[in-house]
Amino acid sequence: MTELFGIPIQALFGQLLLGLVNGSFYALLSLGLAVIFGLLGIVNFAHGALYMMGAYAAWILLDSFGIDYWFALVLAPLLIGIVGVIVERLFLKRLYKLDPVYGLLLTFGLALIAEGVFRDRYGVSGQSYNVPDALQGATDVGFMILPNYRAWVVVASLVVCFATWFLIEKTRLGSTLRAATENAALVQAFGVNVPVMVTLTYGAGAALAGLAGVLAAPVIQVTPLMGSNLIIVVFAVVVIGGMGSILGSIVSGLLLGLVEGLTRVFYPEASNVVVFVIMIIVLLVRPSGLFGKSA
Amino acid sequence: MQRQPRSFARVGYVVLVAVALAAPFIGLYPVLMMKIMCLAIFACAFNLLFGYTGLLSFGHAAFFGSAAYATGWLIRATGVTPEVGVLFGMGVAGLLGLVVGMLAIRRQGIYFAMVTLALAQMVYFVCLQAPFTHGEDGLQGVPRGRLLGLLPLESDVTCYYVVLVAFVAVFLTIRRIVHSPFGQILKAIRENEPRAVSLGYAVDRYKLLAFVLSAALAGVAGSLKTLVLGFASLTDVHWQTSGEVILMTLLGGLGTFLGPVLGSSIVIALQDTLADRAGSWVTVIIGVIFVACVLLFRRGIVGEYVAFRLRRRLDAK
Repeated sequence: MTELFGIPIQALFGQLLLGLVNGSFYALLSLGLAVIFGLLGIVNFAHGALYMMGAYAAWILLDSFGIDYWFALVLAPLLIGIVGVIVERLFLKRLYKLDPVYGLLLTFGLALIAEGVFRDRYGVSGQSYNVPDALQGATDVGFMILPNYRAWVVVASLVVCFATWFLIEKTRLGSTLRAATENAALVQAFGVNVPVMVTLTYGAGAALAGLAGVLAAPVIQVTPLMGSNLIIVVFAVVVIGGMGSILGSIVSGLLLGLVEGLTRVFYPEASNVVVFVIMIIVLLVRPSGLFGKSA
Repeated sequence: MQRQPRSFARVGYVVLVAVALAAPFIGLYPVLMMKIMCLAIFACAFNLLFGYTGLLSFGHAAFFGSAAYATGWLIRATGVTPEVGVLFGMGVAGLLGLVVGMLAIRRQGIYFAMVTLALAQMVYFVCLQAPFTHGEDGLQGVPRGRLLGLLPLESDVTCYYVVLVAFVAVFLTIRRIVHSPFGQILKAIRENEPRAVSLGYAVDRYKLLAFVLSAALAGVAGSLKTLVLGFASLTDVHWQTSGEVILMTLLGGLGTFLGPVLGSSIVIALQDTLADRAGSWVTVIIGVIFVACVLLFRRGIVGEYVAFRLRRRLDAK
């Protein structure tokens, strides 16, 4: 059997895997968005810019300092996390008492600044980042030839996503975090330093976006615009999944990536818009989102 | 909304009208002035929705851009007169606004912004792939034609006065809408939506009508822009254009009449002066203004000035 529905099976699974890779990025980013929104009440438009900066951090670390992929995988998210902490301390903390639209507008401004600076420094054409030696090549798994790096991206993001879910839903730290989401003043009264927790949460969300950037660097062209193109799709993912649930954002991210991959096989012209079409359907059928509480 | 001190408004309008009438003769480049007026119409239309109804649309470029394409396409395909082209663009944008609005008002607050952004991105992708937009090249060489089949618009000065009339008409329309009972209800929805619901207003229907009006007027801006510059391009439907119209409104003053006009003049003049020298820094500067607006003067230039005058008056008493 080499064909399924008239499509060569290798191409079908290849696109599905690519969809899963994209879905991993959607999941990592919408997860970060959900955590940040939960605690800070801010929809972080700069999330795409942080993702882009993560990819550039990996590229710069290799290009200018000779630091390889595996160290970059730790170092770049750390750097982006620090950027996040600075952003929260300098800007976001002034907005908590205001309408959430101001958070969106401010982070939109920050995203434009980051994009402009990187565009001025590195141009729009983009840089390519080589797949690390250990993950080059492909493995024959019987029904398809599996590119090692893509498989690694999916596995690594899944592990990180579920680790984050576990941290938030199943640990003591996570329960404090969720309590602060519900009622920050009360948690503060119990002696938890909520402002520090808020700062670190934003930092962690930024680090997740940075990690997604490093993972993405070898599969796509690293360009200043990669972030804003992705963030709009991630917003649609978030509308579909609802920002209330951690697991919901992971699942809807991965699923929508898969659907996008399938669309690329059967009707490539629509692959850019399929996520938005699904968003429309969800808005019509279940306006509060698949995993959202009815508000 | 606070009442604007009369004297300020009156002086503002007199200066504005005088400058606008004399512009081509005091060395202001008519094409730049027309571009400013088109974007001012766009910002005023956006302000009707965000400033007066409290709905942040992050996808208004979809209406601006689709009207720009629609007008350009109709004029090139059938050779209709410019006013028919503009009306057609306005209709297309209004219809698109009806569809987008119906979907978007199913969610509130920040989700509303995300839904409009996503739907506008969808419109962008459609424009990117559809044959009639000519993709990356854009729709080039749209003739200005003759207004009502009589008045040739090829001269920049003639065209300038026509655009000025259109701008004044839209500006007064928006003023009329805001001061009408309908406008009062929009403001009530902005201030306290649950309260408006409990008073028995069909809030969703008011929101939808405000959305369609705003989209159609944004369409007028896009159509006029195509006439003035002779082309429609993907930039017109891009999310950055949606961002710019938010910035113009925010910078000038949300929920004020003159704010969006001032804001768009500043942003376009800035882009025009910086474009040849600073390329990608324009994006950075726009980002910085965004951050500064949100952190330092959320009421915008006009709004802060009005508040300042009001405080002075109260202190004097």
